[in-house]
Amino acid sequence: MTERSAKLALADGTVYRGAAFGYEGECGGEVVFNTGMTGYQEVLTDPSYKGQIVMMTYPEIGNTGINPDDVESTRPWVEGFIVREAWRLPSNWRHVETLDGYLRRYHICGIAGIDTRALTRRLRDGGSQMGIISSADLDEKRLVKKARELPSIVGRDLVREVTTDRELHWETGDWDLEKGYLPAAEYRNRLGKVPKIIAIDYGIKQNILRMLVSHGFDVTVVPAETTAAGILARKPDGVFLSNGPGDPEGVPYAVETVKGLLGRLPMFGICLGHQIMGLALGGRTFKLKFGHHGCNQPVSDLATGKVEITSQNHNFAVDSDSLGERARVTHINLNDRTVEGLAVPSLRCFSVQYHPEASPGPHDSRYLFTRFYRYLTGEEDL
Amino acid sequence: MPKRTDIRKIMLIGSGPIIIGQACEFDYSGTQACKALKEEGYTVVLVNSNPATIMTDMEFADRTYIEPITPEMVGKIIARERPDALLPTIGGQTGLNIAVSLHEMGILQEYGVELIGASFEAIQKAEDRDQFRKAMEKLGLVVPRSGYVKSVEEALKVIPSIGYPAIIRPSFTLGGTGAGIAYNREEYEEAVRWALDASPKRTVLVEQSVIGWKEFELEVMRDLKDNVVIICSIENLDPMGVHTGDSITVAPAQTLTDKEYQLMRNAALRIIREIGVDTGGSNIQFAVHPDTGEMVVIEMNPRVSRSSALASKATGFPIAKIAAKLAVGYTLDEIRNDITRETPASFEPTIDYVVTKIPRFTFEKFPQTQDVLGTQMKSVGEVMAIGRTFKESLQKALRSLEIGVYGFEEVLPAGAAAPAARRKAIEEKLRVPNSQRLLYIGEALREGWKIEEINRVTGIDIWFLENIRQIIAFEEEIRRSAPELRSLADGGAVPEEATALLRRAKSSGFSDRRLARLLESSEDAARNLRIRAGLRPVFKRVDTCGAEFEAHTPYLYSTYDEEDEASPEDRKKVVILGGGPNRIGQGIEFDYCCVHGVFALREEGYETIMVNCNPETVSTDYDTSDRLYFEPLTKEDVLAIIEEEKPEGVIVQFGGQTPLKLAVPLEKEGVRILGTTPDSIDRAEDRERFKELLDLLALRQPPNGIARSTAEAVGIASRIGYPILLRPSYVLGGRAMEIVHDEEGLHKYLTHAVQASEERPVLIDKFLEDAIEIDVDAISDGETVVIGGVMEHIEEAGIHSGDSACSLPPHSIPNELVREIARQTKALARELRVVGLMNVQFALKKGEIFILEVNPRASRTVPFVSKAIGVPLAKLAAKVMTGRKLVDLGFTEDVTPAHISVKEAVFPFIKFPDVDTILGPEMKSTGEVMGIDVNFGRAFAKAQIAAGMMLPRGGRVFISVRDEDKDGVLPAARLLHESGFRIAATGGTAAFLGRKAIPAESVLKIQEGRPHVADLIKNGEIALVINTPLGAQSKADSFYIRRTALVYNIPYVTTLAAARAVAHAISHLIREDLGVRSLQEYHGR
Repeated sequence: MTERSAKLALADGTVYRGAAFGYEGECGGEVVFNTGMTGYQEVLTDPSYKGQIVMMTYPEIGNTGINPDDVESTRPWVEGFIVREAWRLPSNWRHVETLDGYLRRYHICGIAGIDTRALTRRLRDGGSQMGIISSADLDEKRLVKKARELPSIVGRDLVREVTTDRELHWETGDWDLEKGYLPAAEYRNRLGKVPKIIAIDYGIKQNILRMLVSHGFDVTVVPAETTAAGILARKPDGVFLSNGPGDPEGVPYAVETVKGLLGRLPMFGICLGHQIMGLALGGRTFKLKFGHHGCNQPVSDLATGKVEITSQNHNFAVDSDSLGERARVTHINLNDRTVEGLAVPSLRCFSVQYHPEASPGPHDSRYLFTRFYRYLTGEEDL
Repeated sequence: MPKRTDIRKIMLIGSGPIIIGQACEFDYSGTQACKALKEEGYTVVLVNSNPATIMTDMEFADRTYIEPITPEMVGKIIARERPDALLPTIGGQTGLNIAVSLHEMGILQEYGVELIGASFEAIQKAEDRDQFRKAMEKLGLVVPRSGYVKSVEEALKVIPSIGYPAIIRPSFTLGGTGAGIAYNREEYEEAVRWALDASPKRTVLVEQSVIGWKEFELEVMRDLKDNVVIICSIENLDPMGVHTGDSITVAPAQTLTDKEYQLMRNAALRIIREIGVDTGGSNIQFAVHPDTGEMVVIEMNPRVSRSSALASKATGFPIAKIAAKLAVGYTLDEIRNDITRETPASFEPTIDYVVTKIPRFTFEKFPQTQDVLGTQMKSVGEVMAIGRTFKESLQKALRSLEIGVYGFEEVLPAGAAAPAARRKAIEEKLRVPNSQRLLYIGEALREGWKIEEINRVTGIDIWFLENIRQIIAFEEEIRRSAPELRSLADGGAVPEEATALLRRAKSSGFSDRRLARLLESSEDAARNLRIRAGLRPVFKRVDTCGAEFEAHTPYLYSTYDEEDEASPEDRKKVVILGGGPNRIGQGIEFDYCCVHGVFALREEGYETIMVNCNPETVSTDYDTSDRLYFEPLTKEDVLAIIEEEKPEGVIVQFGGQTPLKLAVPLEKEGVRILGTTPDSIDRAEDRERFKELLDLLALRQPPNGIARSTAEAVGIASRIGYPILLRPSYVLGGRAMEIVHDEEGLHKYLTHAVQASEERPVLIDKFLEDAIEIDVDAISDGETVVIGGVMEHIEEAGIHSGDSACSLPPHSIPNELVREIARQTKALARELRVVGLMNVQFALKKGEIFILEVNPRASRTVPFVSKAIGVPLAKLAAKVMTGRKLVDLGFTEDVTPAHISVKEAVFPFIKFPDVDTILGPEMKSTGEVMGIDVNFGRAFAKAQIAAGMMLPRGGRVFISVRDEDKDGVLPAARLLHESGFRIAATGGTAAFLGRKAIPAESVLKIQEGRPHVADLIKNGEIALVINTPLGAQSKADSFYIRRTALVYNIPYVTTLAAARAVAHAISHLIREDLGVRSLQEYHGR
């Protein structure tokens, strides 16, 4: 088996030599590492990774191939994919395609066979940086130059590239081993009230929609640029602010919309939605050194003192000092003490930085969907 | 939550002797728990009968009781110590079972002792299969269809709803004892009967078989605030049907998608909550159907386990230590992660490497039993290896095993048989799980099998098989390039292409040895070529977090990758080589010595570097040494570490044969071996040089010779006279050792067992019949020699010293002989310039002293002696190896303690059907226990009870001995008679005893009709069996008697010496109750 060479060049001048897999060509983006040991397919299809090259710290990737169910959107969004060993012969009863074939189909470059742990340590110590994977051009100087010329994700609007172009109604719920995704009707029969909510799509993961449906909501997804007036006109019972890629400061229009909704409709935000809410409340956000990307982040619920093991994927965080008394910090990250959750009962909104919908990752935090439901149905206060 | 202040004194129960299914992982967990609780200021009371454990060192607990782990004895300790709480979850199944008994007997309630970690109800719910099944059903989880039966009749009633094949599993056992698979009614009835016998509660679970399903395990932790985390997922390479302890396992799980994994994780969380394990770790096993993903729950262990030890080593998360802290009230978020220092323990470790565990078997020790694996555990140890890919990790694990395998070695004789016959041979080895299956998969691939075919036959997942296929395919690639690579051996630049090939080989885990074999060259040539190509491993850290945070703990593994993270320190440092996998003949005793070596050198200001590949041990706790390299103990792997660290020297004399074998190869590479020189070791091991040594010192050894042919052997034998002891020169640990009494026996041995040849001579010794064997452990700094202990064996010479009980100090040898033995030991140590430990084995016959062997290294008895005399010998030895003198260390006088310590061996016979229980020159025991008391009878009784022998205080003794033993058995028979026992014997023996005024009733031999002796044993009408091996004519008879006694758990002895000692012990037991006393009290601390 002859392997085609590929190189990964970083803006700091480091070059890693490996073997190409997936699409053979050239891809650039911000290089981040993800420490999850499962769920590479969900990672690939998470729109929040738009603009980023993802490296998996777990070395054997591709073992279970690609299947039709484990997707978070209609396509993979990562700019490039870095692994220690790219597995070409998957073994799992649900797989239909190989990782290699899938990336090839979507023109995503992969590089394998590099010292991914060394790269992780570089990113950890030096911070995330721009990088380029190429199997087309192996000239190292040129690649480093190209990496340096890539636009930073700070201040960029990546949401526009991943949001839905039209309104849609979401119809499926949670996944079942035997039956696959269950239809919305399954839950409606079980739960009494069905609050209607609008989910603003900044790059929403489908599992959030599935969770909302399976927790009893009627969900309509709207494009990111939908205005407050447009939302209010639909007279929903509540609004959900989704996850999404990049810098919250790159989407001022979204912040404006949320400002227009604050206090007028109950809101729940996740990840970018949480950051946008933070900005709308008058706070600030800042870029983390290398972000949180993985499935093992401990978060403490300050109300109960209980620890949730959470799925996370973010490069920016809300600065708690910037909010002062305007919001209550409800959750913090036990590793670096950053803000993981906010609530403003007076404005009827709350949000979390992490991913209670998991996918990939632990299901510890699904109670937040229940909380949103019970809040909207008047059974629980914030 | 802060730690609890309402409890101050906590009792821990260890797991007792090393047995199959319960090995030194519980010393690791127990030691961690002791340390953690003491660190928190609690008073720790520990009970463990196993002296070879680190946890029973006096400094690890406030009160250390080396006493039998029985409810009665532990109850006495409770009455004496009045602990506030008992932590039952760190001592394996033994600890848990005792806690249950203490609760059921009302002892815990009587003394107000609280069970912490897991309540009685939780233990019951997890352990009782029926209760567990109900709990799972309540959660909506699927368990295999099953029924709970108490008799064969009940078993036949439930089977129609369960169907064949069925799994038959007794409740409250460990290591799968008594579990079996039945494919038809006949097998089923037999298995049920056996399982009923094996269950302490005579209850058996019959279960739907999920053979062939994929097997997974999750290690779960929970705290008092109900925070639950998964520490590690483990996937078994061997599918369901092979006990997980006997399976090759891999961490993390490899073939689950996130959705499937989360279903399992959710189930685990709900299970630990439903069962109600309040705090600590649990292990939960699942089976997954490979084609549908259907998941069933197999079982849960509400305690730390072998798997949790593996998970701790695999992830760097110390489960037992954290479990102990959770038990006293801390929550996960209050405990710091030692490795990252800045993050809490309330997270789930993520790893960026692949961990492979392979079990170590010793079927060669039990030739009567088949090498077949099933639901009953048979392995005696295990190795773990870490690599950046599964291929690297798997091949590292293979060479860690120390079975002469350095990769996917060929196991079929090359080209010997016809293709069809080869295919059949392979298929058999693939279809029925066995210890060689992995290597046979390699052979199948070489023969052109498709992985799909292998998957159909074995049920092993395609993902694993494809990895192996790639390894075998790559071997071909290397073979094709062999001529070219060999031509590079002479020097010059290594071309780019060859370098690339070698790099790929190394990063796929190929050892230099295996490469040499593929290249048909030598290991040194392969190594030189590799080094000239610039290929050296790098070392990476195990850090719990995939490098997301900085690791402050140098817990390292080698890999062929780019960046090296070892960052060696510039300090004076010593490397200590560990003992590798546990096996019969080399176990926890050597790990004990290694750990002591580390402690001692740290006290001396050295940086300590440990190298080992056994995940069960204390030595591979990253907390033990300053730096831990989790690596195979081969020349290649050890040299790489030495090149990286550049230590002052290496200690090889603590880890048993494994590191000792490396002494000469390492020294040749310029490595400094600390302590006794390899040349001195050679002087003691080389037969000719040893003879010269003894002649020089005017010491005697039994007449002997070396035979290189049958004729030579016959000549030597007739010169020295029968009986003779035979053994091949090239194996260790008593392998293939035999005593023969005549020329016919000699011919038989040389034809069937071992052929004498020029390269492989046979060693012949005069066998000293009825001699007493004596073991001596001594320490020397090159000038001063101090005797640590003189141990008198209970069993007569001819039984492997590791299998023999012994007494320290000797209980029947005159003082002047003991003094002479000490003098000879000292003379040997001086002449050999021993620096460190030395063990000498003597035989005493009619007042004459013979030297059997000298081992200038730590022996199996070092921990026992250290505990008996209260002096840490291994620690002192490590210090003298660095140049300290015994005078300065304050140890110059031989110690003769006032109390008596008895060591007894523990055997795995129950796990191996068809194996006889008689002892011989080949070692068969897996572990040992210690009994301490003021006199020999009591100490021996304690050792017997600790070893699981329920010494009776009355009833009927059955005696059946060969004619030549009839006189010898009289003292025991008389003593038992006087102690009130009734004596039963077979015709001849009964008549003989009658003539000697010992009334004995006559019992039928097996072939004499019914009811015969085995019927009486089965009916519980016999309390003790004394049976010495008979001549060939009634061999089958006596074998059946011994085996029946074993299966029905009736105490039995097979030697006259043991019979005397047992009779003596029983008479003491009858006269007075056994008391308990802590080690600290014995040694005046």
